[in-house]
Amino acid sequence: MESSVARRSAARALRTDRLFLGVVYGSGALFVILVALLFLELLRGSWESIVKFGPAFLWTSQWNPVTEQFGALPLIFGTVVSSLIAIVLAGVVGIFAAAYLSEFAPSWLARPLSFVIELLAAVPSVVYGLWGLFVLAPFIRTTLGPLLQHTLGFLPIFSGPIYGVGLLTAGIILAFMILPTVTAISRDVIIAIPKELREASMSLGATKWETVRRVVLPAARAGIFGALVLALGRAMGETIATTMVIGNRPEIAVSLFAPSYTLSSVIANEFTEATSPLYTSALFELGFLLLLVSAVVNGLARIMMWTVFRQRSSA
Amino acid sequence: MNGFRVARYIRSGVGTFLSGLCAGAAALVLLLILGYVAIKGIHAINLPFLTQLPVPVGESGGGVANGIVGSFITVGIATLIATPIGILTGILVALFGRGLIAEGIRFLSDVLSGIPSIAIGLFAYTLFVEPFRHFSALSASFAFALLMLPLIIRTSEEAIRSVPQVVREGALALGMSVYRSTMYVVLPAARPAIVTGLLLGIARITGETAPLLFTAFGSQFWELNPSNPMAELSLQIFTYAIGPYQSWHEQAWAGALLLIFAVFVLNVVARLVLRPGGAR
Repeated sequence: MESSVARRSAARALRTDRLFLGVVYGSGALFVILVALLFLELLRGSWESIVKFGPAFLWTSQWNPVTEQFGALPLIFGTVVSSLIAIVLAGVVGIFAAAYLSEFAPSWLARPLSFVIELLAAVPSVVYGLWGLFVLAPFIRTTLGPLLQHTLGFLPIFSGPIYGVGLLTAGIILAFMILPTVTAISRDVIIAIPKELREASMSLGATKWETVRRVVLPAARAGIFGALVLALGRAMGETIATTMVIGNRPEIAVSLFAPSYTLSSVIANEFTEATSPLYTSALFELGFLLLLVSAVVNGLARIMMWTVFRQRSSA
Repeated sequence: MNGFRVARYIRSGVGTFLSGLCAGAAALVLLLILGYVAIKGIHAINLPFLTQLPVPVGESGGGVANGIVGSFITVGIATLIATPIGILTGILVALFGRGLIAEGIRFLSDVLSGIPSIAIGLFAYTLFVEPFRHFSALSASFAFALLMLPLIIRTSEEAIRSVPQVVREGALALGMSVYRSTMYVVLPAARPAIVTGLLLGIARITGETAPLLFTAFGSQFWELNPSNPMAELSLQIFTYAIGPYQSWHEQAWAGALLLIFAVFVLNVVARLVLRPGGAR
C-alpha cells in the first residue's frame, strides 16, 4: 500500500522530469533555430540582389536607387575607414587605461573608475549620435578641423572642406562607444595573467612600468587582440550614431573630413523608402554582409579569448 | 649607473601617469556627454513633455508621452519573451548540456551578442512585418528579445554554475526530482545574479533604436495595441535630432536625458545593489 503510493509518486516525478527536460532542451533548440533562421531569412531577402549583381556587388562603386544600380564599395569603404579610426583611437587609450586600472591604480580608485568607464557602454547609441551631431560636429568644424588642416594639411587625409559631419566625426564617436569594450576586456585579460610573471620581473629589478610594458602586456597580447577585434566588429555594425554624424553620402573620398556612408546607415535611412523589390533586396544584401562579417569577426575574437583564458586556468 | 636607474624610474613614473591619463580621459568622456545632456535636457523637460502627445510641426509644446508608453510596452513584451527562453537555455548549458551542446550554444550566443542590431531588425521584419504587411510593436519586441537573449543566457548560466554542485547533489540525494531540485533549490540560490542579467538586458534594449525603424516604425498617436505601429522614445529622439526645427532639437535633448536616466538607474541597480562586490 505504502510502497505503491511511493511508486506512483516516483512515477509522477519521473514524468515531470521528462517534461521538464523536454522544455529545457526545447528552449535550447528554439534558440539555435532562431539563430539559424536569422541567417537564412537575410539570405532569402538578399537573393534577388545576389542573383542580379553577383559578387561584383562588393566592388561596384555606384549606389544609385534611381537607375537601380547598386554597388556596396563606397559603403564598405565608409564602414571600414570609420571603424579603423575608432579602433586606433580607442585601442591606444583603452589598452593604457586597462593597464592603469589593473596594474597601477589603487583599488579605491580602480573600482569607481572602472564602473564609470563601463557606464559608457550603457549610453544609448542615439544619445551618442545626438551629442555627436550637436557638440562634436560643430567642434570639428570650427576648432579641431581647422587646427588639423593648419598643422597637417599637407596630408591628403586632412584636405578639403570641413563640414563637421564626416568620417572623422563618425570615427571619434565610434571610438567613444567601443572604448568600454576595449578597456573592460583588456583589463580582465591583464588581471588573468599569473602574478608570478610580475613578481619574477620585479625581482630581476625591473620597474613597475617595465614589468607592464615588457612582461604583462606581451603575455596578454592574444587576449587584448581579441578585445580589439571584438570592438572592431561592434564599430562596424553600429548604426544610429553613425547615421547621425557621418553625412550619408555614398562617395569615396581621400579626406577624413568628407561625408561618407556606411552599410548599416544606408539600411537605416533607405529601407522604409525602398520603392522596388530589387532596391529592398540590395539593402537586405548589405544587412547580410554585415551579419556575415560580424559573425566571423565575433567568432574569431571569442575563440582567441577562450584560448587565452583556458591557457591561464589550466596553467 | 645611478643616473640610468633614476631615468628608468622617471620613465616608470611618466608611464604610470600617461596610462592614468588615458583612464581619466575615458571617464571624462562619460562625464562630458552626461553633463551636456543633463544641462540641455533639464531645460526642456516639463510636465507637458512627459504627459502630452507630439504636436504638429510649427506648434509649440507637446510631448513624448506616447513614446514613453510605447517603449515600456515594447520592452516589456520583449522581456516576457526572452526571460523564459533565456533562463531555460541557461539551465540547459549549465546543468544538462554536455560537451558539444553546451559549447555550441555558448558559442552561438556569444556570436549573436555581436550581431548588429540593424541586422536583427531586418530579421524581425521578414518574420513579422512582411507577412502581415504592416509594422507592429510586436515585431520590435521580437527583435529586442533576440538582442537581450545572449546576455540572459550567459548570466543565467554563470549564476547557476556558481551554485555549489553539492547543493544540487544534496537535493537529488534526498529524493527530490530533477525538476524540483532545479526550480526550488538551484534557481532560488542563483536568483540575484539572474535578476542582474535581466536588468542589464533590459537596459541594453531600452536605448536601442536601429531595429525600430522598420519594426515599430513610430506613430504620432496613442497606440496601446502591440500589433500596430507604435511610438518609441528612442525613435522620437532620433527623428527630432535629425529634423530641422529648434523646438524638435530641444525635445531630443529632453528625451535623451530621460533615456539616459532610465538606463543608468537600471545599470546602477543591477550592478551595485543586487550584486554586492560591484561591477564585473
